[in-house]
Amino acid sequence: MSVDTKKIKKNAYRVTKTRGKTCLRVRVPGGHLPSQYLEIIKEIADKFGNGTVHLTTRQGFEIPGIDFSSIEMINQLISPMIVGLEKEIGVPLANGFDKGYPAAGTRNVSACIGNRVCTMANCDTTALAQKIERTIFPNDFHVKIAVTGCPNDCIKAHMQDIGVIAQVEPLYDETRCISCKACVKNCQKVATGALTMGNYKVERDPHRCLGCGECILKCPNAAWTRGNKFYRLVIMGRTGKRNPRLAQTFVQWASEDVVLGVIKNMYKYIDKHIDRTLEKEHVGYIFDRTGYNEFKNVVLEGIQLNPEIRIATFINFHGSIYDSQIIFENVTKA
Amino acid sequence: MAYILTHAEFDTVLQRLKQDYILIGPVRKKNKGKFSDADLITYGQIESLSDLETNGKSQFSAKETIFPPSQTLFYFTEDEYREPKFEPQKRIVFLRACDFNAIKRLDLLFLENGQFVDAYYKRLREKTHFFVFGCEKSYENCFCVSTGTNQCEGYDAFLNFKGEKINLFPSEPFKRYFAGYEENEDILPQFIERNHIQVDIPEGLSTKIYDHPYWDQYGKRCIGCGRCNFSCPTCTCFTMQDIFYRDNKNAGERRRVWASCQVDGFTDMAGGHSYRKQQGERMRFKVMHKIHDFAKRFNMHMCVGCGRCDDVCPEYISFSQCISGLKGVVAHDN
Repeated sequence: MSVDTKKIKKNAYRVTKTRGKTCLRVRVPGGHLPSQYLEIIKEIADKFGNGTVHLTTRQGFEIPGIDFSSIEMINQLISPMIVGLEKEIGVPLANGFDKGYPAAGTRNVSACIGNRVCTMANCDTTALAQKIERTIFPNDFHVKIAVTGCPNDCIKAHMQDIGVIAQVEPLYDETRCISCKACVKNCQKVATGALTMGNYKVERDPHRCLGCGECILKCPNAAWTRGNKFYRLVIMGRTGKRNPRLAQTFVQWASEDVVLGVIKNMYKYIDKHIDRTLEKEHVGYIFDRTGYNEFKNVVLEGIQLNPEIRIATFINFHGSIYDSQIIFENVTKA
Repeated sequence: MAYILTHAEFDTVLQRLKQDYILIGPVRKKNKGKFSDADLITYGQIESLSDLETNGKSQFSAKETIFPPSQTLFYFTEDEYREPKFEPQKRIVFLRACDFNAIKRLDLLFLENGQFVDAYYKRLREKTHFFVFGCEKSYENCFCVSTGTNQCEGYDAFLNFKGEKINLFPSEPFKRYFAGYEENEDILPQFIERNHIQVDIPEGLSTKIYDHPYWDQYGKRCIGCGRCNFSCPTCTCFTMQDIFYRDNKNAGERRRVWASCQVDGFTDMAGGHSYRKQQGERMRFKVMHKIHDFAKRFNMHMCVGCGRCDDVCPEYISFSQCISGLKGVVAHDN
């Protein structure tokens, strides 16, 4: 059997443990899809796979147990889903929509359930994930991006190369405030303690406020209402064998235009600095080589910053270090 | 007898009214709801008919137009005090029949409750005129027919929206604003005649019900946020706040601010005593006031069946179901 593994990998199929069998990875940008597409997934799994489907951590589907020889047929079958979930949201696919996925490096842009359902979400995370998908797909660079609706971060934005955390600017109308303290007590218990009482009114420390919107949710009299939507970007979070770590805040109170611009520019940054002697290099390791300032300069280049934005002056990453010479003592005393 | 005007014609009338009155009514505030991308319908100033939101029920009632959530009663220095200069403009408030009936309850509480007339209420009330608009449909949780507050009289004008046309019934003093239009149609104001919910307010309530285990369920379910009170068109409880200015502690002001019998602190007294510590007891107090105690003094129930308390309760506690359930308790215990 002859299979061009590099070609099929770019087509979103993988080499699997079972010789001769492959597995299709299906993207669902924003993690929310019309239920009609589940029938396509089912048909492929039943007719060409082994009758099972894996739900991926990135909110896609993997359909295992497929013969390499079925790839062309499956690309035809999956076509309506690629049209519905990629073309319809404006993703340009140069080679058409019936040849399967044209790239797999940039992973599915995942999202928490967002404000279509969740009371706490500060934006339609699926819609924003789709805008991001439109900006960066298809692309071979290995990049992970996710959108979450509030700092609870249910999608684990802190584990991504770029995690987008929606913020809302809370607006306070003191003439409607009846001093019930619901917002203050809640902020101190579940958020950052940005709110305090003074002269029977609420005072907000803007440097502590995360923009989570809890005060708006808790206010019984609409003294707190929603202002503009903003976003906090956390960057270079990762798992992996070398140095897993949580992402750290790069910008906060950024507009949607800034978010999309930064994400687009990050691909220029990767292109500029990637180590092409490797099969692939993860952006986090490029970042470790170039340092924060080079990243910052490239991704902010040409971007019209909104006046509310705040940009990190430095980033101090933490995370596990696995070098056993340093942190693990040998107890057998050679 | 009525005027039948198109929306454009009535807008012309509104522009004439604006020469003499501020127009206030329910307005839809885009994206100002507590949840992201949700609207808030609340009271605000209107400039033309298109500003008036007649399709949804407002979260807050018209009571705040004459009884604001926060009001400065006087300013004080070391040895003297002074009322704020306050010359309210004449206003027209658009509201539904239930809310207009609620204004009658507010009048009883502030103007005819004992020997004192509330001057702060009176001076706003005297400048306020009411244009009642008929409901085209009954909303979820409405039970105004059961409380007899679906109909009203004594308004300054009544409106029935009829598709392209509006049936208008102005009182004599307001007819001059309709000059040029014919008042010739022999029709009557139309009120909503049926709700989805019927409530049979129990007779024979007494203090025997005070310690009944019926209230325990609310002790478990209610979170004491006060939304039911603040949205209620007939809740009039307030508290006093003395504010001492921070840069000069010898000067300050006294405010009166809405209070809620469900929120902590309502029954706190000197010495740390508190009457109703359990939420179930607070629910009992509120319910008894709405459908028993008030009627003993004023011969009408306080509740006007608008159902806002049900609309806004984050714990899905239903006031109307509470009353219905109470009937069973009374029947059983008597």
